[in-house]
Amino acid sequence: MAREQLLILKHAREPDYTPDLECYLRHGGYATLKRALALPARTLADGRVQSAPEQLRQEIMVSGLRGRGGAGFSCGLKWSFVDRKSGKPIYLICNADESEPGTFKDRQILHRDPHQLLEGMILACYANGVHLAYIYIRGEFVAGAKLLQRALAEAKAAHFLGSNILDSGYDLEIHVHRGAGAYICGEETGLIESLEGKRPYPRIKPPYFPAVLGLYQCPTIVNNVETLCAVLHIAAMGGSQYAKLGTPNNTGTRLASLSGHVRRPGCYEIEVGKVTLRDLIFDPALGGGLRDGRQLKAVIPGGVSSKVFKAGERVTLKRKTADGKETEQQVDMLDLPYDFDSLIAAGSMSGSGAIIVLDDTADLVAALANISEFFAHESCGQCTPCREGSLWMAKILRRLTSGQGRPADADDLKHIADQIPGGRTICAFGEACSWPVQSFVAKFREDFLARGAANEARRGGGGETHEMKIAATAGV
Amino acid sequence: MSMEPPADLEAEIDALISRYPHPRSAVLMVLHALQERFGFISPDALEWTARKLGLQPINVWELVTFYPMFRQQPQGRFHLKLCRTLGCALAGSHELHAHLCGKLGLDPRAQGPQTTPDGMFTIEFVECLAACDAAPVMMCNDALHERVSLKRAEAIVDECQLAARHGFEP
Ligand SMILES: Cc1cc2nc3c(=O)[nH]c(=O)nc-3n(C[C@H](O)[C@H](O)[C@H](O)COP(=O)(O)O)c2cc1C
Ligand code: SF4
Ligand code: FES
Repeated sequence: MAREQLLILKHAREPDYTPDLECYLRHGGYATLKRALALPARTLADGRVQSAPEQLRQEIMVSGLRGRGGAGFSCGLKWSFVDRKSGKPIYLICNADESEPGTFKDRQILHRDPHQLLEGMILACYANGVHLAYIYIRGEFVAGAKLLQRALAEAKAAHFLGSNILDSGYDLEIHVHRGAGAYICGEETGLIESLEGKRPYPRIKPPYFPAVLGLYQCPTIVNNVETLCAVLHIAAMGGSQYAKLGTPNNTGTRLASLSGHVRRPGCYEIEVGKVTLRDLIFDPALGGGLRDGRQLKAVIPGGVSSKVFKAGERVTLKRKTADGKETEQQVDMLDLPYDFDSLIAAGSMSGSGAIIVLDDTADLVAALANISEFFAHESCGQCTPCREGSLWMAKILRRLTSGQGRPADADDLKHIADQIPGGRTICAFGEACSWPVQSFVAKFREDFLARGAANEARRGGGGETHEMKIAATAGV
Repeated sequence: MSMEPPADLEAEIDALISRYPHPRSAVLMVLHALQERFGFISPDALEWTARKLGLQPINVWELVTFYPMFRQQPQGRFHLKLCRTLGCALAGSHELHAHLCGKLGLDPRAQGPQTTPDGMFTIEFVECLAACDAAPVMMCNDALHERVSLKRAEAIVDECQLAARHGFEP
């Protein structure tokens, strides 16, 4: 039986655990920070002296930690790109925008254990010589922002923040910054623009790599809430110990947000790659399977931006054996280990860790219409392919779900979706809005053709029917 | 035209501005503070914000028009935000929306926020609220309600009406 491995959610799961400082301290909170701040410099074999922050950065590198915000980029590498010679201040921003549909993991941390995030964040700031940092939290998390505000005040009163933290000589301020309901603020350069008080239009890379030209054109680190919590656990247990969790190149634990047609939707913490999609959905300790009499139809494995898997789909599973050889085999998509690399090799991604399960009661045309409506609403509008394409796709899908479609819509959707991704847009939203359309239409083509044909037949047979009117108002 | 916010609010806003090396960065937080107090961002409040932060009014207006959470008109005393996105749609959020619109005498097919004529309720569809495991979800002002059945939604509306009659927060 698949098991959870609780590291980040360990305390949050205890029923009498509260989000205040006192409770956090009773559970050993801020001990890792104290140790890190007292860590002496060490002399390496080659005579180089490594400061405490450098040692911390090295532990993160050794841990193999990959970002949990969506892209899965190596955290150690990201930190190594930071321009430390510019003479400008270095900023760190915690990305708590959590808006990829299907994702609700950062909320668990923010609501249940905000000090865990703060301790991880302070460690990350210390490791990178940051003295001013922000938590960018989505505007709708009103309660979360208040909890964070209180946690920050508590941490400051207890000397874990502010000037001369715990008499170490290290100064750090962290502030909460609230967004206001725009998904694109989750994209790191859009987030930075938003934090500068502008419209959150993502910046073009190059030259605007945050590590060099980020907030106020200064070197900036943007990390997800969960990533920063992992930093705390790596600092506590050591990078090599952390790397023993999970699988090679996909280390540690990860929060999976499971929703849709499962018996036990929820946020589960698993060792990366030690649990398959099948385990996540069907294991009684995890998703608990589908409801009685239902059949699996599709799985969206990494937020609505990821490419959908069809039930029964055979995918390529790439594995590295202990001696470094690559093996390839064809497996059912449910047998994919839930990690970064396997899902990418299988043609999708684990993204933000959001798994949405669709059973045979789901109308996949309506599901895609719902997803496309989201992207049409959230495109920031800077790039023509994304702004126009996301709207056209949503419009075509709207007419398919409201009785005005035709069989050719399937090909039109594909045609539009194919022209958005691949470096034609400023940010990855372009990919994000086209991947679901490309994959749904390719894998469930018959559903789209049939819907178009049914629409046409009904129109031919005497105009809008009662059912069509209902479908038009229901949207799904 | 001019608007001077009360002293306590201005003090709160000054504290917000001091969090940033550049005042412009505070603009979202300032707008949130103003909206919390006045219910929406009036043209006066917009111009005041611009003056306060050393910006042109257009710099603030382009934000108020971009970010969905800011409102330029007064809204209902109780703002119901229903999640429209996939997880909640699968769990019946459209039925929930139609049901609530019916109860409040509003049009379920209308686009964008709608407010009841008595100014009591505004109802609106919003995107994923990051609580999909508890679908369908709905916010009533700042509070998130999970697994909202039709019955529960009606009860929430009734509680709001009761609270309004007796002058307390639900
Ligand atoms: C359209 C779009 C939306 C995104 N939304 C989020 C988000 O809500 N939260 C998040 O942490 N990262 C989000 N990201 C990823 C961020 O750009 C960035 O990669 C991440 O915050 C880096 O943190 P990490 O390295 O710790 O994962 C988004 C990316 C894109 C392209
Ligand atoms: S790809 Fe879309 S969301 Fe990203 S910058 Fe271009 S228009 Fe904006
Ligand atoms: S889909 Fe409604 S909360 Fe995520």
